Amino acid sequence: MTPLAAMAEPGAARGKTDAPVRIACRDLNFHYGASRALKDITLDFYDRQVTALIGPSGCGKSTLLRCFNRIYSLYPEQRATGEIILDGRNILSPSVDVNELRSRVGMVFQKPTPFPMSIYDNVAFGLRLYERLPRSELDGRVEAALRRAALWDEVKDKLKEPGTGLSGGQQQRLCIARAIAQRPEVILLDEPTSALDPISTGKIEELIDELRAEFTIVIVTHSMQQAARISQYTAFMYLGELVEFGPTSRIFMNPREKRTHDYVTGRFG
Amino acid sequence: MPDHIVSAFDADLGGLRRGIAEMGGIAEKMLADATAALLRDDAPLAHAVIAADPRLDALQRKVEELGILTIARRQPLAADLREVVSAFRIAGDLERAGDLAKNTAKRVLAMTGHMHPKRVMGGVQHMSDLALGQLKDVLDAYAGHDAAAAVAVWKRDGAIDALNNSLFRELLTYMMEDPRSISFCTHLLFCAKNLERIGDHATNIAETVYYLATGEALAGERPKDDRSSFAVVEPPAGQAP
Repeated sequence: MTPLAAMAEPGAARGKTDAPVRIACRDLNFHYGASRALKDITLDFYDRQVTALIGPSGCGKSTLLRCFNRIYSLYPEQRATGEIILDGRNILSPSVDVNELRSRVGMVFQKPTPFPMSIYDNVAFGLRLYERLPRSELDGRVEAALRRAALWDEVKDKLKEPGTGLSGGQQQRLCIARAIAQRPEVILLDEPTSALDPISTGKIEELIDELRAEFTIVIVTHSMQQAARISQYTAFMYLGELVEFGPTSRIFMNPREKRTHDYVTGRFG
Repeated sequence: MPDHIVSAFDADLGGLRRGIAEMGGIAEKMLADATAALLRDDAPLAHAVIAADPRLDALQRKVEELGILTIARRQPLAADLREVVSAFRIAGDLERAGDLAKNTAKRVLAMTGHMHPKRVMGGVQHMSDLALGQLKDVLDAYAGHDAAAAVAVWKRDGAIDALNNSLFRELLTYMMEDPRSISFCTHLLFCAKNLERIGDHATNIAETVYYLATGEALAGERPKDDRSSFAVVEPPAGQAP
């Protein structure tokens, strides 16, 4: 790696010794009925690093994201084969409790999805589901999550008001607060800023960079500049295949694959 | 490389390339004319070289402006970003090369009417031919995004340096033999240095072209042979004070 890239990406430059693998995909295949959406994906996601998944619509990046918390298993015709190892266990195994898995792997979607309840209850929802906490401790966890999501100062005086009354950017930060309240290990973000204005986008990007200190983050984004700004690693996918994976600076400055180059420079035909 | 989905992006990058090509053409002509003016003691031609410089400066500003606009409008990445950054750098090198040619032209006006020792002028002509060849080859390498051609230019810079060394020693000897030649020879020393510096700018451009084509920096120490900074010539026997 060039010294410049090392400066831009201290995490990536340190390599695997400082950033152990948090999620390991091995020969992952995914089917929507008869159609194969992921083809033999083998890819490592590093601990407390942001990995961006990029590629044109339909390339499988959101499908890959959906495998990590098995949200697809809500639909009977969708199935994944291969292995996704998280903390030494294959999370695709039928013996894995998906509710417990989803408390460890939080997810935020493209459009903000606050529950139709108060701001406070939105954040406390998952906590009440999995943990029996005394009121004072629950208050503390909700406040900590809202602070961590850089939303506390804006909502502390209206915690009883509905979450749906917040602006789009605030709603998205509320969803992030809801995800991190459960202290997950991994946060999945599926185009989290595509419905937001530039200022809200900036706040979410700032937040993602801060959350990297505690969480492993995987983000799907259509904005090349966003991927370049906030991720340490980038995976480029095309037609269900992983084309190229590497440090973000390399993918955006000097990709090895022609298809990656054509995509990141806006030449895709 | 296929075209961009947004065709105006290709137009922007094409504008940068054309700007550099035009700057290269002007810088080459300024260098050739400055040397011709020097060899022929041609004051009108020297004036023409001086008059060409503002056009080169204006083109550099135009390239920079377009490069900044392209970054703002397109957020270029990978080879596109290197294209913009390279245009900035090469425009700077060509503008400097033009300044050096202009400086030689000014000295032609100061030296006019003095005797022009043939042997020394032959050396100047040779140096100028080498510098011009380097400039032409590196501009071709730029136009073709040709890393191998850029490396070839980069490796050849030592020849200009070696000529500069020998010319330097020769001129010192002339000055010792005939103090009346000091004014002329000093101007000529600077003219030779200008040519040597233009060679260095061609080498800089070669490094930029290599980066443009490969995304990597050209590794290793540049072949340098400019030892004129250390040259000492003893006065001939019997003339020592």
